[in-house]
Order: sequence, then C-alpha cells, then structure tokens
Amino acid sequence: MTTTLLIVLLAGAGFYLGWRRALAKSGSKISTLHSRPGHYAWYVALLCAGPALALWFSWALFGDLLLRWVVASRLPPGVAEQSPAMLSFFFDDVRRLAAGLPLNRQPNEAMRAAADLWRQLEGISTVAFMAGALSLAGAGIAIGLGRIERDFRARNHVERWISTALLLTAAISIMITAGIVFSVLFESMRFFERVPVTNFLFGLEWSPQTAIRADQVGASGSFGAVPLFTGTLLITVIAMAVAGPIGLLSAIYLAEYAPPKFRASAKPIMEILAGVPTVVYGFFAALTVAPFVRDLGRSVGLGVASESALAAGVVMGIMIIPFVSSLSDDALRSVPQALREASLGLGATTAETIRKVIVPAALPGIIAGFLLAVSRAIGETMIVVMAAGLAANLTANPLEAVTTVTVQIVTLLTGDQEFDSAKTLSAFALGLVLFASTLMLNIVALHILRTYREKYD
Amino acid sequence: MTDIADTAGVAPPIVRPRQLSPEAAQARIRRRYRAERRFKAIGLLAVLTALGLLALLLSTIVAQGYSAFMQTNIQLDIFFDPATIDPDGARDRQELARADYTELIQDALAKAFPTVEERRERRALRGLISSGAPFQLRDMVLDDPGIISTTQPVWLLADDDVDQFWKGFIGRDVPEDARRIKDQQIQWIDALASAGRIDLKFNKWLFTNGDSREPELAGIWGAVVGSFYMLLVTLALSVPLGVGAAIFLEEFAPKNARWVDLIEVNINNLAAVPSIVFGLLGLAVFLNLVGLPRSAPLVGGLTLTLMTLPIMVVATRAALRGVPPSIREAALGIGASRIQTVAHHVLPLALPGIMTGTIIGMAHALGETAPLLMIGMVAFIVDIPDGPLSPSTALPVQIFLWADSPERAFTERTAAAIMILLGFLIVMNAAAVFLRQRFQIRW
Repeated sequence: MTTTLLIVLLAGAGFYLGWRRALAKSGSKISTLHSRPGHYAWYVALLCAGPALALWFSWALFGDLLLRWVVASRLPPGVAEQSPAMLSFFFDDVRRLAAGLPLNRQPNEAMRAAADLWRQLEGISTVAFMAGALSLAGAGIAIGLGRIERDFRARNHVERWISTALLLTAAISIMITAGIVFSVLFESMRFFERVPVTNFLFGLEWSPQTAIRADQVGASGSFGAVPLFTGTLLITVIAMAVAGPIGLLSAIYLAEYAPPKFRASAKPIMEILAGVPTVVYGFFAALTVAPFVRDLGRSVGLGVASESALAAGVVMGIMIIPFVSSLSDDALRSVPQALREASLGLGATTAETIRKVIVPAALPGIIAGFLLAVSRAIGETMIVVMAAGLAANLTANPLEAVTTVTVQIVTLLTGDQEFDSAKTLSAFALGLVLFASTLMLNIVALHILRTYREKYD
Repeated sequence: MTDIADTAGVAPPIVRPRQLSPEAAQARIRRRYRAERRFKAIGLLAVLTALGLLALLLSTIVAQGYSAFMQTNIQLDIFFDPATIDPDGARDRQELARADYTELIQDALAKAFPTVEERRERRALRGLISSGAPFQLRDMVLDDPGIISTTQPVWLLADDDVDQFWKGFIGRDVPEDARRIKDQQIQWIDALASAGRIDLKFNKWLFTNGDSREPELAGIWGAVVGSFYMLLVTLALSVPLGVGAAIFLEEFAPKNARWVDLIEVNINNLAAVPSIVFGLLGLAVFLNLVGLPRSAPLVGGLTLTLMTLPIMVVATRAALRGVPPSIREAALGIGASRIQTVAHHVLPLALPGIMTGTIIGMAHALGETAPLLMIGMVAFIVDIPDGPLSPSTALPVQIFLWADSPERAFTERTAAAIMILLGFLIVMNAAAVFLRQRFQIRW
C-alpha cells in the first residue's frame, strides 16, 4: 500500500518535472514544442508509474505462489509427498504461523521450519521487490526527462500507450470468456475421467455421494443428470406458461392500445419487477406462494409437495414477465407504421391488425425474446434454491418437488467440500451444461433476429 | 368465341365477397367489434396482472417485515450491584467488561416475581429476557461507571419468542405444547403488561448488529458493510475496464475487422451468461488458482466485476453513441488527435449516460446472490468486517441465510432486510433517473 502510494507520488513528481522541463526547452514559446506540455508531463509520469506498478502488483498477486514454490522445494521428503489437499492445508498453517496468527492445531517441526523459511524469504523478497519497483520508478523519471526535447514526439507515445491500454480492457472480455470456458471445461474433464460422459448425460439417477470408505452402501454414487435436466425443463415450462402470455399480451396492449400517459407510467413500473433481486422472489416463493399452492391443493384434495415445481415455476414466471414484455415491446414497435395503416385502411379492426399483420411481422423478435427469457429461466438460481426441492425426481408432475441444475450446483459447492471428489467436480460439469445451453439459446436467438427480421425501409 | 370462353375458364376465379344481407353484415360487424373489445380487455388484464403481481409481491414483503422495525423490550429495575460486577471497587474497564451481568438480571427478575422459587420456573422466567441483555447492561456500565451501586429502570431486550407473542404472531389459543412460549410465561408477560413494563421500542439492533443465532440480536450492519466493500471493489474495477472497453469498441476499433466482431459478440454473450457460472469461475480462478481467502469481499467484488462488466460496456457504448458525430468532426477538424477528441469532448458529453449505466450496474451487483454462494460468502459471520479481506456476507446473502432459519422471528427480519435492500436499490435507481433527467443533453 505504501509502496503503491510512493510510486504514485513519484509519478506525480515526474509529471511536474516533465511539465517544467518541456516549458524550459520551449524557451517561453510553447508553439515550438512538438506536443503540448501536458503530453510531456504524462510521458514522464507514465514511464515512471507503469513498469514500477506492474512489477509491484505482480509481486503482490503472485508473490505467494512464488514463495510457496520456493518453500515447497525445500520441504523435508516426508512432508512434500502429501496429497495436494493436505499440502494446501499445510501451507495455510505455515502462512498463519509466519504471520504470527493463532493456529487450530499444534504446529510440528516441519511446519515451524517452513514458517521460519517463509518469514525470512518473505521479508527479503518484499524489500527486494519494493526497492526494485521504486528504482524502476526513478529510472523511468530519469529516462523520460532525458528524452524531452523540442521535437520529441511525446503525444504520439502517450497516445499509443493509451490506445494499447484501451485495447487491453476490451480484450479482458475475451479473457473472461476464455477463463469461464477453460476453468469449467478443465474441472469437467477431471470429472469425466471418473464418471463417463454418457452416464452423466443419459443416466436416470442422481445421488452425488462419494464414499468415504469403499465398503459403504451406495458407495459409488450415481451422476445421471437427466432428472436435473427434466426438473429444470419443467420449471422453465411453467415459468414460460406464466410469463409468455402475460408478457406478450401486456406488450401488445402497451405498444398498440395504451394511451401514451398510461404507457409512460406502466412501463417503468413493470421494469421494477425486473430490478427486484432474485433472492426476494425466492423468499416470496418459499414463504408465500409455496404454502398457498400447498393449501390450495389440499383443499381440492390434491397432494402437493411443499416445495412443488409449480410454486417455483410460477414465481420465476413473474420474474421474467418484464423480460418477455420489454423484448416483445421492442419487436412490436419496430414494425413500421405503414403496415398498421394499410391494414386499418382495408377495414380491419385493431385486434385483427395486431393478430394478422403486426405480430407476424414482429415474430422473429418475439421468438428471440422468448428464447432469451428461457435462457434466463434456465440459469436462474436463487428462486429454485429457496423454493424448489433437493431430491432429484424424474417426473413431469408440477405438483411434486423437482430439483434443477442450478440448485445442485449450489448444494454441491456450498458448505464443506474437498476439491478433488467427483461430487464437487460434478458441479463444474453441470456448470458446463448450463453455460453451453444458455450460450446456444443466445446464439440461436441472435441468429433468428438477424436472419428472419424483415427489413422495411 | 370459344377461345375467349376457354381463357376465361383458365383465368383465376375472381373472388367476390359473400353476399350478405344487411342484417347479417351488421351482425358480423358487431361480432368483430366484440372481438376487438375482448382482445383489448385481455391485453389490459395482462398489464394489470403484471402490476398486481408486483403489488402483491411488495405488499406481502411489507406486511411480513414492518413489525421487525419494532422490538419488544421489558423494563426491569436493575440494581448495579458492585459486589457482582466490580468486587474490588477499582472501576477497571477491563474488569467491568469481563464481569457477569447475567446475575444482575436474575436478581432483578427475582425481585419482580418473588413467588417464583423452583429452578425450572426460574429458568423459564430468565427465558423472557434475551441472552443479549447482559451486554446491554455492560455497555451501560462502560459508558457511565457512575451508575454502579444505583438502581435504574432499564429496558432490556425480550427473547424472540416473547417478542413474537407480544406482537401477536403466537396465539393464546394454540395448545401449550404446540407453541414455543408456555402458559406460565404468558402469565408473567400479562403481569408485566399490566405494570406497563413491556413495550415495543424502535429496533436499533437491526441496523447496528452483525448476524446472530438469536433473532432478537441479529442485525444487518455486518452484511451492509460487506456489501459496501464488495461494491467498492466492483466499482473500482468495472468502471475503468468497462468504460475503456466501450471507448475502444465505439471510437477506436477498426470497423468490420473480424476480431472486433468477435469481441462484440463475446460481450453480448457474456451479458446472457447465468450469474452462477461467474461464481464457478470465481471459485476456480480466484480461490483455487490464485489462493485468495474464502468469504472475502475482495473475491466477491472481483466475481461481481466479471458479471457487471458486460452491462457497463453496453451502457457506456450507448452513451458514447448518443454523442453526435458532428462533435467529433469539429474537434478533429481543428486539429485534435483522436484521443484528445475523445478525452476532451466525447467523454465529458457522454458522462451522464455513463454514470447512469454505472449506477444501474452497481444496483445489479448489489442484488446479486448466486455467485456469492459459490465463493463461500454464506458463512455465519457475527463480526462487522473491517476491510475487503476480512470474512463477511453481503446483504442479499444475509437475506438468503435468514430465510432459511426456522424461527418465526427470522421471517420478519428477512422481510425487513428485503425492505432495506429494496430501499437501497430504489435510491440508486432514482439517482440514475435523476442524473438522466438532469444532465442528459438532447441533441
């Protein structure tokens, strides 16, 4: 923190010195300079701060890894051969010991030695890196100031750096996608080494236990994800059955019938539904809708599970109403006025115009909106975590409890976990399925929009 | 002649409207108008249904949550017995902080209900008062050691079951073994009530405490602070990255280059990735690969940054696109470089739009729960976090945790926490709307 501050201060000093030097070189006639004085100042400041901060931040980020690597290479043979998980626990304790924090267990000899080494190395290398970063900053200022001349093209340098930085920020999105794909894919691969892909994709039974002892009952655990897929599908279908008609019809009303004043106030209010956090819907589903559905079912003599798919699905439908309606609204409003007028001019009523002319013309947009809403429903987590069940039932009955892909990911990855078991790894395989299916829906939706949209003007 | 007749036979038949009698035509018109009115009514019904569902959602939350803002308190005459809390009379703060204040409460209860003798009954009597009440007394003494060896009437927090009973959520007509509060305790409560010693007070604990296993002591402050640190990290990262990426794509990227297209499609797709997948990424990269601590707001903020970045980019691009090309052309025309054009002219003009987008992105991040569950922010944490690296929860996660708790008193707290969360979101969105109305330039 102090080092960062020091570097920033040095850069500030560089900025000032660069400005002064540029002015001095110009000999009181600024127009003789190639660039504006500010460019020279920025040139020096960036030359000072850029490399120094890069060095310091990479030390702050990866210093631990480096230290761990060095310390691990000097561990006594008995300790170094532990399993990766145990070794990671060992290093957690070493780090705590080195920082002087209390431990949960009694440290042994190897741990003490490692902690001493750690502390020593950390002290030396922190000072070394700090000195390195500060001298880089100083050198940056010196070089920068040395280069300032009347015809030095400071602006071109600074602008090239800025555009490179902008390019890098844009490239981060690619890195995020790559990160998702690789991390999820990599862990899924490790899962599929233990459980064959076909068993996962087509197996009918889901009970993700891994045995602690080999002779336990049900030791193998079964990872057939079909019940999760059907559960997700069931809840999505219920949600779309709620959101589809309500969303589309309200979009039609708002776009074609509503007086402008009504539209101007109703539309933002509906958008509020989209802004409500999903955990709120989950609470609503679990504590209000689910008991209501259960009691209603009981009063007509139906056995309804207290975590029925119906309750979760209906609430999820409420959540995606604004999604469907605003996307449909966009599609309807992009149909040109001429079509409406032509149809009305032929004597059709407004309803006939809507049904026979406007909706067909807007259909690609509406379908794309529905697909995006479906992808939203598939990936929705909190509502189903709070209101849907945990047991994997292979059923199409909306009154029973089902579980979904997202619920299972959350249950598998919260609480105590060891990172190497098939149980935790299966969550990544489910994540991969989720990512792939939502991506597919998104791509199909965009494709429909691009291919089938009528171009009017 | 025959030729003509033949061609007439081949020509497409002229479709003539069916001949209708005037009455039938009238009837058909009426039918069509009825259909028209029906269709319009269905549309209106759909809108009203959507609005009604929103009203239902909000009203159930308010109906369940408003009562949590008041908390039942019981007034007892506490004798701050120096023999118990400060036996050596040194008024040493550390000694005072360590002393046993439970005894004071027991003594006061024994004085208020002298007839209660039996051990079990005395325990039931003590059960009326929250287990956090001794800390209230301790804080009083630490604030003003002068009250030692005086007798003060003090309002103490009641236990959550007493609280729920007093608010009327536990009925008297429920059989005794089906409710968490016993008949005898009800008699005591009635006695306190007739003496005016039990009352609802504003629940400041809800706003100042961290989480707790005891509903009457549980508060949201820890979660609010955790959310604050998380949003700070998200803001610090997603604004420069998002705005930078948007400026690049909108102002500098070569048009029609394949790799620029790739980035664009990529950002649009990222916006549609389920948030839980970002949680998986955070778990795999930040926790397992880089080795950052679990449950830390820093990791939460990093994960939420990944999620809000696409939103920020899209909003900023829209704002940049709103600046007319004539501005750029004018700047370029008098010799500004492209960077100068953007930095001195386009960006300041797009700033209101960018800020609106930022606030909406932050509101989105504030309400997000699922990815935080993946990176271990669901732990039970009592302490108020003191930095982005100390373990904490976030406001929506706290809601999730409380919603899972079985006690009735937690339900009302969950709803109250939701009201507070929605309050934050409303303020943020209102700020965004205000910014847009106030500063947006119409070209």
